[in-house]
Amino acid sequence: MMDAHVLKILLPAATLTLGLAVWAAVVRVFELPPYVLPSPWLVAATLATDWPLLGGALAATLLTTAEGFALAALGGVALAVLLNQSRWVEYSLYPYAVILQVTPIVAIAPLLLIYLSPQAAVLVCAWIVAFFPVLANTTLGLNSVDRNLAALFGLYRASRLQILWRLKLPSALPQILTGLRIAGGLSLIGAVVAEIAAGSAGAGSGLAYRIVEAGYRLNIPRMFAALLLLSAAGVAIFFLLSWVSHLMLRHWHESAWDAEP
Amino acid sequence: MPEQQPIVSLRGVGKTFDNGVAALDGLDLTVAPGEFVTLLGASGCGKSTALRIVAGLTQPTRGVVDRAGGAAAPEIGFVFQEPTLMPWASVAANVALPLRLKHVAEAQIAPRLNAVLARVGLDGFADAYPRELSGGMKMRASIARALITEPALLLMDEPFAALDEITRFRLNDDLLALWQALRPTIVFVTHSVFESVYLSQRIVVMSRRPGRAHAGLAIDAPAPRDEAFRTSATYAALCRQVSQALREAMAEDVAVEGGRPS
Repeated sequence: MMDAHVLKILLPAATLTLGLAVWAAVVRVFELPPYVLPSPWLVAATLATDWPLLGGALAATLLTTAEGFALAALGGVALAVLLNQSRWVEYSLYPYAVILQVTPIVAIAPLLLIYLSPQAAVLVCAWIVAFFPVLANTTLGLNSVDRNLAALFGLYRASRLQILWRLKLPSALPQILTGLRIAGGLSLIGAVVAEIAAGSAGAGSGLAYRIVEAGYRLNIPRMFAALLLLSAAGVAIFFLLSWVSHLMLRHWHESAWDAEP
Repeated sequence: MPEQQPIVSLRGVGKTFDNGVAALDGLDLTVAPGEFVTLLGASGCGKSTALRIVAGLTQPTRGVVDRAGGAAAPEIGFVFQEPTLMPWASVAANVALPLRLKHVAEAQIAPRLNAVLARVGLDGFADAYPRELSGGMKMRASIARALITEPALLLMDEPFAALDEITRFRLNDDLLALWQALRPTIVFVTHSVFESVYLSQRIVVMSRRPGRAHAGLAIDAPAPRDEAFRTSATYAALCRQVSQALREAMAEDVAVEGGRPS
């Protein structure tokens, strides 16, 4: 029997190798031209040669994603705290947060582009997609406070601010971090959707714009290279946020308990 | 009746929950300063509800609650059945919480924190997180938190019910030592006859549905109560007497349906 940790790395690596081999073989055997399906080596080579262009595009998309994520994190937590303070506010606003969430972002993006500058529209799209999981999870966390701890704070006549800061927010932290992990991936999706919607109309320098542009020019290898970068960015965001979450919870939460050495 | 001004008194207190369950009805309870009183009863007799009413955590639907000092109610410490510690905070942060909520200066917190941790036998565990502690140590931290404000009235809701017997005996002994040293008024809730006799000066046996005081028994056995007391004939006789009172209280139960865990 092999160690589970080794298998967890070895097996996906084997799948990847196999997949690449099949891909390369298909391209070679059927003699597919690059504008139909480029070989994995050509995609890698394109990534290297087009790096000045694609690297800049990656940075632009990541910047939008980070900004959208930051706004979503702040906005989601702040709105959840606001809703938690008063039933009135909750009943008045929560349904609209849901509506904003369930309306497909692809359908909202063109409208946003009419009213906003392309950069602002992209940012707003990233925010709309990403803020709801933060809001929903934070709301759940704020409402899941231990009843006896709440009674204890009441016994010592804690102020609302003290209850929020010392009780509700810390006890909601695991749920907030779950919301942020989801929001990280979604803000990338939101940014990409908006860039695609903006298309050539935009100042478009992001990765998604490069994919659309390369598509027009039938530069298929570059499309694959840009797609690869987007996936890598998504994976990196996920791991980064999981790591931050682990660091913040490791002392106390079941989900992040390090096995004793 | 104690001749001193009571620290808290309940007269004709009743509590009916929103779902119609009457947890308490016509409860009279007078607690003198410095007394160790135990509310003893079966599950569902409303003893926890009574304690929460004394603490002001639950409002009674009928009757009067008087606390010494009127509006300036005595400082209250409350120990729940579970340790109820904040899992994200160290023992030190948990225990110091009541002082921080009262905006006590940090310079004053440290010495009081060290003193109270030493008193409950948790010195050296200030930086530990609750999950690193055993059940008994968590309960010690919970008691330390209740004591740090030096409350005149300490309310304890079946604090040792979830602990194993060895740990419970040790915490019983430590609680008695603590009471001897600090002399707070303690109202203790339990369903254990043996624990109630071992700890208290006075036992209020409660009947249920709806809960009220069935009998009050004085436990005159002097301090020190220790292992010798626990195995003495006096202790056995007192336990028999209290058990008898508890059986009578339960025979009094009228209704069969409904009910609510205490």
